[in-house]
Amino acid sequence: MRINRILQEKKRPEQKEVDLSLLDEKINSYRGKKGNIIPLLQGAQSIYGYLPDSVFDKLEKELDISKSQMYGVATFYSQFRLSPVGKHIIKVCHGTACHVQNATELTESLAEALEINDGETTPDGLFTLESVACLGCCSLAPVIMIGDEVFGRLNGKSAVKIINEYKNKENQ
Amino acid sequence: MSKTQVIVGLGSCGIAAGASKVYNKLQAIKDMGNVDFILKKTSCIGMCYKEPLVEIIDENGSFLYGNINEDKAAELIQEHILNKNPLQNYVVKSELFKTGEEDFFESQVKIVLRNCGYIEPEDINEYIARTGYEALKKIAKNNISREDIIKTVKDSGLRGRGGGGFSTGMKWQFAYNYQSEEKFIICNADEGDPGAFMDRSVLEGDPHSVIEGMIIGAYAIGANQGVIYCRAEYPLAIKRLNIALAQARERGFLGNNICGITGFNLDIYVKEGAGAFVCGEETALMASIEGERGMPRKRPPFPAESGLWRKPSNINNVETFANIPWIIYNGAEAYAKYGTPKSAGTKVFAVTGKISRGGLVEVPLGITINDIIFKIGGGIQNGKKFKAVQLGGPSGGCIPAYMGDTIVDYDSLSSTGAIMGSGGMVVMDETTCMVDMAKFFLDFTAKESCGKCTFCRIGTKRMLEILTRITEGKGEEGDIEKLEELSYKIIDNSLCALGQTAPNPVLTTIKYFREEYEAHIRDKKCPAKKCRALLTYTVIEDKCTGCTVCAKNCPTQAISGERKMVHFIDQDKCIKCGVCFSKCKFEAISLT
Repeated sequence: MRINRILQEKKRPEQKEVDLSLLDEKINSYRGKKGNIIPLLQGAQSIYGYLPDSVFDKLEKELDISKSQMYGVATFYSQFRLSPVGKHIIKVCHGTACHVQNATELTESLAEALEINDGETTPDGLFTLESVACLGCCSLAPVIMIGDEVFGRLNGKSAVKIINEYKNKENQ
Repeated sequence: MSKTQVIVGLGSCGIAAGASKVYNKLQAIKDMGNVDFILKKTSCIGMCYKEPLVEIIDENGSFLYGNINEDKAAELIQEHILNKNPLQNYVVKSELFKTGEEDFFESQVKIVLRNCGYIEPEDINEYIARTGYEALKKIAKNNISREDIIKTVKDSGLRGRGGGGFSTGMKWQFAYNYQSEEKFIICNADEGDPGAFMDRSVLEGDPHSVIEGMIIGAYAIGANQGVIYCRAEYPLAIKRLNIALAQARERGFLGNNICGITGFNLDIYVKEGAGAFVCGEETALMASIEGERGMPRKRPPFPAESGLWRKPSNINNVETFANIPWIIYNGAEAYAKYGTPKSAGTKVFAVTGKISRGGLVEVPLGITINDIIFKIGGGIQNGKKFKAVQLGGPSGGCIPAYMGDTIVDYDSLSSTGAIMGSGGMVVMDETTCMVDMAKFFLDFTAKESCGKCTFCRIGTKRMLEILTRITEGKGEEGDIEKLEELSYKIIDNSLCALGQTAPNPVLTTIKYFREEYEAHIRDKKCPAKKCRALLTYTVIEDKCTGCTVCAKNCPTQAISGERKMVHFIDQDKCIKCGVCFSKCKFEAISLT
């Protein structure tokens, strides 16, 4: 069930203070519009990378949407995150075609190389490893997506190689 | 003489395969000014297995080149354009000579994909040049009544392409029947089925065909507002839809008194989904547009009576809408000519998995599964044996190879236990374990169940537990019967299609591959050698040369043995990672 996702938040990394004024523009453009919760949360996440607790406080105060309602929505949809994430989010596709082409190997190799579990962020804050449902690039299976870039026809080794390239770029 | 055109296929798949780099390279060559050609973009051409694709059209005709990288792109310009010497080895499709890839196109009929790969999707003029918006103009010019449009759609025999298979004309009729000041037309572009990317390709490749279909639908049922609910995972589709909508507004295809039809006002906007499979269900989708958790509602009342914001609404899938302009322009008969009496027209399939020529294909309904897999798809990768095909994603089922003669239409597929679904077709070979497949889908539905209905919420979880147990070698007698019992209860006691169809992957694999379940449960063996816990790695004494490679690479030091002596694997320490198996040069490790 989708509610399972809340349990994962038990061990939450600390949240840094965020600049809430960045949110004002979004609030003003959706003020009073019906059906505005999802676009508001999407807007907030695009600014902060996740949904900090203080965002819920601010939205409740400004727009009079109850926190429980927002939290209900935020935990229902897989797009929303309640914890900070790494600079690069590695999405490993686990759609049917990727599964048949051994996507499990990719997740395992990446988890081993980054020394984190699926769904976790590396201590240096560079990478978050995430298993996702279909990315729609089935003919290139198995695929991973980093940022907006998709890499296809991978195996464990070539996936780790891509991550190492990212690491090297960061270290430069 | 017209200028030579160079067209790069820039759909999501193409870009993932490196098409953007190819495009940039070509742009750089063009910018140097030594060669004169027109550089254009298009979207998915369908031959995903040959991405990135570059088409060159010159005075001799069209040459479609496959597997192009930056170096090959430079070579193409040099040889094809400057030296007038087409590189036949790279050509995958041409009108001038055979390339060996003809079978991929021969059995296809392109109605939905009529423009995909031919037009630049971000330019409305290219759509218009290929009879785009002509259907809408035909309605305006000939004063075709709303009733006649609905009749045409009914007569065409078009059925919902999102999976339900309900008559589109009938659906429109219901929405038409309810009177209201406000009515909605909604396009379901929340393509969540893993293994399916038809809708993405249409939205990326020909967004105007969907928009025109929606405009015609809105006119027919009397809607004045339109929403396209698109997955957030499809950023390129969303971008191109927004560009297309802006262009349509500019040209007066959206707005007030559209095409001069007095009182026909409509605007359409794109609503981004937030990642929930259940939102493909129409009532859940509407809840999501309203900003709520995407949970299905009880029907009746059906959306035609009380849908989005409790107003009469009509929802169709992307592919359904893309058919509409073609049907209105060419007539119901022309459409019904394709397909079977009860399943008219064509259907787009995303053929993926262990297939040689995977890609996006559009075939007339009534074709057999074997025709799609062997004729169009070129059979199984690496000469392996065809085992089964999965249709319809988590709501569908697996059809075994021996039923490959099954005709692809709504009713024949349903009778096998699978469904037509949205068009995902994942091909599996002998290395795919069917119990593992069933577990994969149950894992998906258990996670995606919205939690409203008890049987769907808890039943799928219990089924997943049983399946996990079986794949770990802890299956018990009676597990298969338990799975069946749970399946029927979930089907009977779920509100929406997610729950009602969630057990299908399990039921069909039990029906057709029962012996595989039994092998897991009774013999603790996985015949496909996929379920790791059930594998045993042993050294074949006659073949082992004592080279020590396996022992050196074993991550758990489970392998012992002196140099030049037969080695031994300690089964208690072995974690079945398979490293020894892949490292051994003498095939001295057996896998059972």
